[in-house]
Amino acid sequence: MRVVGTQLALQIAILAVVFTGTGRADDVQAKIGYCKDCHGPSAQGYRGFFPIPRLAGQQPEYLENQLRAFIEHRRTNNIMFNVAHTLSPGMIAALAAQFRQLNPKPIGGAPKQLVATGKKIFEDGMPDINIAACAACHGPDATGSGQIPRLAGQLYPYVIKELTNWGKERGQNPAKPDTSAIMSPVAHSLNKSQIEAVAAFVSSLN
Amino acid sequence: MKLIRLKIAILAIVCSAASSMAGHAESLAVRNCTWCHGASAQGYTPAPRLAGQRYQYLENELASFHAHTRDNPFSKQYMWGAAANLSARTARNLAIYFSTLPPKAANDGDRESAALGRTIYQEGMPDSNIVACVVCHGPKAEGVGAVPRLGGLESSYLKRRLKQWGEGYHAAAGPPMPHIAGNLSPNQIEALASYLSFIK
Repeated sequence: MRVVGTQLALQIAILAVVFTGTGRADDVQAKIGYCKDCHGPSAQGYRGFFPIPRLAGQQPEYLENQLRAFIEHRRTNNIMFNVAHTLSPGMIAALAAQFRQLNPKPIGGAPKQLVATGKKIFEDGMPDINIAACAACHGPDATGSGQIPRLAGQLYPYVIKELTNWGKERGQNPAKPDTSAIMSPVAHSLNKSQIEAVAAFVSSLN
Repeated sequence: MKLIRLKIAILAIVCSAASSMAGHAESLAVRNCTWCHGASAQGYTPAPRLAGQRYQYLENELASFHAHTRDNPFSKQYMWGAAANLSARTARNLAIYFSTLPPKAANDGDRESAALGRTIYQEGMPDSNIVACVVCHGPKAEGVGAVPRLGGLESSYLKRRLKQWGEGYHAAAGPPMPHIAGNLSPNQIEALASYLSFIK
């Protein structure tokens, strides 16, 4: 009986190891399918009732930081808090790494006549109102770096929403100041038509 | 069925003889819809409410009946024929017309399961990888663009549609609904359909 018992325990243990092994890969794939339900089959973003941002090609460090920001109430968004707070740190890293690999075309839809003005602001900034070139931090191709997000191909209405609401959505936990503070004065200084122009330009980039 | 077609044909001839105005042909097309969908387009089981529906959605659906890509049994039985001779222009005009009618809520769901439906709709169930419907369909299930209004539709219609995604119907509509609805349990479908039927 004891031998049988030990054998059974061993078999169960082996089975458990096998299952957790495949289980984790399956869990990541299931979670990615869940992300794509809203963010689009290639994570290209989607215009639902709310604009749902593109995740494809995003900087992993930025994505991980944002998922943590939802959990820590640094960034306010009820839906994304619900989504993020069930994710383990390992899952967050795995998701960020996978979305980095995707490279679909931008979904487009921005007014084309704004692109030229947006390009000028992005590349040269507006020295007279103390706005640096976006390219200085986000890179000449707007692909971002580290915690600085990729903007290339990002949804036009999403970029507008973020820049417009920056001070109300980001950096909301006084106990945990974060890098969103860097964007705060910039977002605050841009007026509506400048925001729309920059959004139109970055949303058109591959 | 043949008799009805004959009647429609006679009616069409009579009406077009009475008036050659284009507007008249349009109102005849509206009447073709309201026979099943109800005079104020509030729906008439199993035909869903059209009043207040997003016009881009209605237009897309009419196109998919025409192309036979919306392929569930009732669509095949009723709507393939109804949309067969519809021009793109008439389809658009009908869609715009019905979108302007004020919708009424069916209020016919199960009150008890509506609470679970509300949770799924507004918050999702992240642990089971079920997304919150609100993100695309809106806080009052009002829809936007080609994303349909769901609030106040008849619960039996909502239930049937949600079930059909999981059964492989409407696959040509593409993501994300087949994947989302395919992961819902019968209990969750019941809850969502109930909750939505009460939304004004």
